[in-house]
Order: sequence, then structure tokens, then C-alpha cells
Amino acid sequence: MLELDLTGLSCPEPVVKTKRALKENPQGVVSIVDNRAALENVSRFGRAMGYKVNAVEKDGAWRIEITK
Amino acid sequence: MKSSLEKPKGLSKDKILLIVTGCIVGIAAVLLTIFGNPGNMGFCIACFIRDISGAVKLHNAGVVQYVRPEIIGLVLGAFVISLVKGEFKPRGGSSPMLRFMIAFCVMVGALVFLGCPLRMVLRLAAGDLNALVALVGFACGIAIGCWFLNNGFSLGKAYPQSALEGAALPAINVGLLILAVFGTSLLAYSEKGPGSMHAPIVLALACGLVVGIMAQRSRMCFAGGIRDIILLKDWTLTLGFVAVFVSALVFNLIAGKFKLGFTGQPVAHAQHFWNFIGMVVVGLGSVMLGGCPLRQLILAGEGNSDSGVAVLGFAVGAAFAHNFGLASSAASADSLGGPGINGKVAVFICLAFLLVVAGVKTFAKKEN
Repeated sequence: MLELDLTGLSCPEPVVKTKRALKENPQGVVSIVDNRAALENVSRFGRAMGYKVNAVEKDGAWRIEITK
Repeated sequence: MKSSLEKPKGLSKDKILLIVTGCIVGIAAVLLTIFGNPGNMGFCIACFIRDISGAVKLHNAGVVQYVRPEIIGLVLGAFVISLVKGEFKPRGGSSPMLRFMIAFCVMVGALVFLGCPLRMVLRLAAGDLNALVALVGFACGIAIGCWFLNNGFSLGKAYPQSALEGAALPAINVGLLILAVFGTSLLAYSEKGPGSMHAPIVLALACGLVVGIMAQRSRMCFAGGIRDIILLKDWTLTLGFVAVFVSALVFNLIAGKFKLGFTGQPVAHAQHFWNFIGMVVVGLGSVMLGGCPLRQLILAGEGNSDSGVAVLGFAVGAAFAHNFGLASSAASADSLGGPGINGKVAVFICLAFLLVVAGVKTFAKKEN
């Protein structure tokens, strides 16, 4: 699955880049973010698009799996 | 550690938090005007940073000089709660100079309109229809910013910084607070005009702290609300925007502070085109910065030194706006108010600058 390193990007770039990636990879993507606002935005967007969202925290970053 | 972000049933926690935050902001804002702040200026990030710039003598506009405790409270509230919640994350290095200059432009645009996005909502909630014109401009600016974002606009990544770097802007605010309490003789304070009108320092600081804490927890952002509708069809952040409007509107009606119309509004002018274009600059610049002026203060409190640099850009922009006659004057019995020729030229230069930066950072990434 496509993995996006979105750490260090300011709002709303993580969610915009996730949206673009999902358009090209509708089966799902993994977004890695390093702040809670991005975690909430990307997760909310994934859910709103009808995907399953599963986020796991590791070393101050979140690996968000967005899958069908 | 697994995140607990399951699909919410009914109104989710983040939406409730935004509504509660919006209500607190709206009520606190009207309360602050009742206790002495200028009309429809319970909170105005642009005006208050401008007043602080004047108090520390970066500009000499005698009617707008005062250390606004609300700003100090906002930054320190966000700082303390982010420490408590483990969200104090010093970050920086994402085009700091460009952010400084974008923030400078945002401040010029805001002072042409005479208010930041938060004051725009507060003015609207008090019946000032000039703010409706400004809202259209603000939304247009955000829409332009969204077009660049959709095409890949980015100011680049931020990287971890030292705790000292992250705590620098909160420390400046502690220094300002000490000056405001013990060192007023060193500062310039207005004896008349908006700068001379203020709520008691304890109340202003308390309101700032509470709103700073709530805004950090809820991620409230006035540019983000409209931006997310355009980009993602997500209305979540707009709830905060609407809650501020509704709570301030209700409180204004109860307190007899609601007056519908374009004219006779406090610290405002009815030059529609300039209200519109000023807020186009604010909307576009806010999207480029990743949030409205309030959000920049909160992010700076969380240790984001890029946002700290943006706050300094606001302060210097405000100083230039008054030193070079870029800021609008409010309408009065003798004058229609609005920007002078310097302000009119400056707002277009700012808009052109933002468009060039946005274009370069969207379409010339290989060179960046």
C-alpha cells in the first residue's frame, strides 16, 4: 500500500496530500503524520470518505492506515 | 499505542468541543467590551498585536498603544495546556522568512479592513454589515488559497527544534506580562482612542487564558472552517465559527449592543471594496500560513516556531501599517474613513506578493 510521509507538514497539507493519494489509489493508503491536528484531520477525512481508519502511534508519530 | 479515533456516533467529541469553544469565545468577547474593550473588539488578534506593537514603541500611533493581556493569555494558555497534554512539540524551519512576509501582508490586509477574521465574526454578530462584505472577501481569498493547495502548494516541512526554541514566543509573552504589570512606565499607553479602552487586566488575561486553552484543544481556526468546506466538504471547523457568531449575537442582543447597518459601527468604515480586498489578502495569506491569526498564536504556544515567526511578522506588519499610513481610519462624523492612498497601494502589493509566492511554491517545486 502507498505510504505517505507527511511529517512536518503544516495543516491542511497532510489531509490534502492524503486526498490526492486516495484519488489515485482508491483501495487505500498509509499516511504518517506527527501532530495530533493532522491525525484528527486525516482520520476524519478518511472516515467521511467511507474508509476504515486505523491509527497507531510510535515515537511521536502516527501511522494512519486508510483502507476499504 | 492504538489511537481511539473510532467512528463517532451522533455529534463527535471534536464537534462538541468546537461548539463549546465558540460559545466561550463569543461570550468572553462581548463581556470584554462590556468591561471596557472597544466596540465589537472583545477579541481582535490583528488589532491587539497592533496595540502591543505600539506599546513597545514599534509605531507611534498614539491612539493604538496598549499591551493587550488577551494576546498574552492566548499564547500562554495554549503553551500550558499543550505541556499538560503532551502536545508541546517544538517544530520549525518551514520557510520562516516567507512566513514572516506572508504574515506581514495578512496584517496589512486586516488593518485595511480593521479586524482579523475573529473580529469580522464579532462585528457581524453585532450587526455590522461591513463584516459581511469582508466575509465574502475572506472566503474568496481562502478559495484562491485552496486552488493553490489542490495544485500542490507547500511551504515545506518543519523539523524538530529544541525546547528553548519552542518556548521562545511564550517567554516573550511572559516578559510582556511582567512589563504590563510592573513596567508600564517603560511602555507607551494610549490616553485616548481604541488603545485607551480596555477591560481590567485580570479579566482580559483570564479570558485570553481560557480561550487559549479551549482553542488549543479544539483546533479552532477561522480560515480552516471555510477552507475545509471548499477542500474537503468538511463542516467541522465551521461549527466553531458559527458558535462564536450565534453566542455573540445572542449576548449582544441581550446586552443591547446589536445595531444593524453599514454606518455608525464602532472602529469600522464602509468602504466596501477595501473591506473586501483587505480580507481577500487575509484569507489567502491565512491559508498559506496554515491558519488564521488566532491559530498562529495557538500554534506558537504549542512550540511551533514558524508560527512564532508569523506572529512577529504580524507585529512588524502592524508597525509598518501605522508608520507608513497603510492602516485604514475608522469612519467618524467628519470622515468616511477607510484606507488612504498608501493603504490602497499596499494592499495590492501584498496581494501580488502572496500570489507570486503561492505560484512559485506550487509550480516551481523542483527549484525549491
